[in-house]
Amino acid sequence: MIRTQNLCRSFNGIKAVDDVTISVGKGEIFGFLGPNGAGKTTTINVLCTLLRPTSGEASINGYDVVREPHNVRRSIGLIFQDPSLDDRLTAEENLDFHGMIYDIPKNVREERKEELLKMVELWDRRKDIVKTYSGGMKRRLEIARGLLHRPKVLFLDEPTLGLDPQTRNHIWTYIHQLRNEQGITIFMTTHYMDEAENCDRIGIIDYGKIVAMDTPEDLKRMVGGDIITLKTTDDEKAEKEIGERYHLHVRRDEKGIHLEIENSEEFIPQFISSFSTRINSINLRRPTLDDVFLKLTGHEIRKEEASARDRMKHAMRMRRH
Amino acid sequence: MFWKAVYVICLRDIRRFFREKSQVIGSIARPTLWLAIMGTGFNTVFRAQSGSYAQFLFPGIIGMTVLFTSVFSAVSIIWDREFGFLREILVAPVSRTSVAVGKTLSGCFQSMIQGGIILALSPLVDVKLTPTIVLEVLLLIFLASFALTSLGLLIASRMESHEGFNLIMNFLIMPMFLMSGAFFPIQGLPVWLKSVVTINPLSYAVDALRGIILGIHEHAIATDIFFMAGFAVIMTLLAVTAFTRKV
Repeated sequence: MIRTQNLCRSFNGIKAVDDVTISVGKGEIFGFLGPNGAGKTTTINVLCTLLRPTSGEASINGYDVVREPHNVRRSIGLIFQDPSLDDRLTAEENLDFHGMIYDIPKNVREERKEELLKMVELWDRRKDIVKTYSGGMKRRLEIARGLLHRPKVLFLDEPTLGLDPQTRNHIWTYIHQLRNEQGITIFMTTHYMDEAENCDRIGIIDYGKIVAMDTPEDLKRMVGGDIITLKTTDDEKAEKEIGERYHLHVRRDEKGIHLEIENSEEFIPQFISSFSTRINSINLRRPTLDDVFLKLTGHEIRKEEASARDRMKHAMRMRRH
Repeated sequence: MFWKAVYVICLRDIRRFFREKSQVIGSIARPTLWLAIMGTGFNTVFRAQSGSYAQFLFPGIIGMTVLFTSVFSAVSIIWDREFGFLREILVAPVSRTSVAVGKTLSGCFQSMIQGGIILALSPLVDVKLTPTIVLEVLLLIFLASFALTSLGLLIASRMESHEGFNLIMNFLIMPMFLMSGAFFPIQGLPVWLKSVVTINPLSYAVDALRGIILGIHEHAIATDIFFMAGFAVIMTLLAVTAFTRKV
């Protein structure tokens, strides 16, 4: 359904999307995971014909994004990161506009409008001007609008940003339902790990490059087992002791000592009874996508402010090479 | 599908136009004030072959309104871009050309509505209108507005944000408006001013309007229409090219 081949897009010589090759099948929910500025939105903009690729190819539903933009646009629905509603019109008028410009017959439009507005719980406020809506309501309306023309591929750019958990669940239920009933393909970007868990497959992107692509389970398997976090009276000494006794590689930060271990259930009792440094607390958890990201890229996904500068530096470095 | 997209884009603008109560009130109040204050104020120093200054000014005010309405309606695309709505239009399965044409026609309709409102004020300045005159004026407004909205669209496609808009207002729209013969007769002007007025496309619109409404004109009305139509064709081609390429 979605296919890209060595896709690149540069801005003034800086590669925002660098050699991305992906293939998403019909009915698949594909997640693009990465920090802000990693190239997620740029990729979407290329796929939905808003930007031309610098090199490489991309096609949606069999249509090339450069040569057949009309057919691509007819096949896709978009839910943008920033609102793209006309806030001087009512919710209903926004949907009508969309329905008309996508050439949906009036009776079908009316039917779907009601169904979708009820789904996002805005039916009662359909005659209100969008300007009076809260951020969450606008987003919900936008989602309803993106689905109005029953796209074959739905692009969601950070779809649930700023939504309450209840609406989030609602939207996810509806997305799964759409996929099951109509085989709609979903391509989403997110920097929320828990949201990425909903996807069938995830591509992890950093500095414009795909660093890994797999199911969430297999990605997590890349981390060696479970994660134990220790807090001791002397972390430095503890780190040394672990290194000497178990030959394990550990990572130490302000939260404590982190180690990856298989068969953690058996390891922990034996570890505690023989460890000489005093342990204040011990925490065992299954690996999350956060751990995968950290392992693959060497930095955490959610340090946005700090990483903006890093990213700039990185870009400058890339430019010099 | 082409015309349907054009229709939808127009419909949205017209709906927004009527929703903004301040805009509708303003479109009545502004010309009334111009006519009442300027028309009365300059009347004492105005010596024309016939009629009062308010009457002379009346077609000029229509021209002014058409200019501002057209340009503003076109540059609303800049606001659409800032508020994100433009993306909704650009990813829709309609051609860029249909979007540009839709925007242009919506500017024309808004100008015709505004122009019609001013025509309704004609008793204030004691101008007699016949249905034929009204029809001719509206058609003329359509033509002038088509050219001016295209000009606005050309500007809007070239502009990244609304900051540059003030520049355009001060150095293009205001001079066009002041040097169009809307306020003063062209005969007897110094050469520099007269030449600017002559190359200003709005002058021809004002001249034709004055010709139809008052029977006073500088050029033959056919000449006026010829110039405006030529300007409209050039502007439309440039605007559509700029718009489809840029956005």
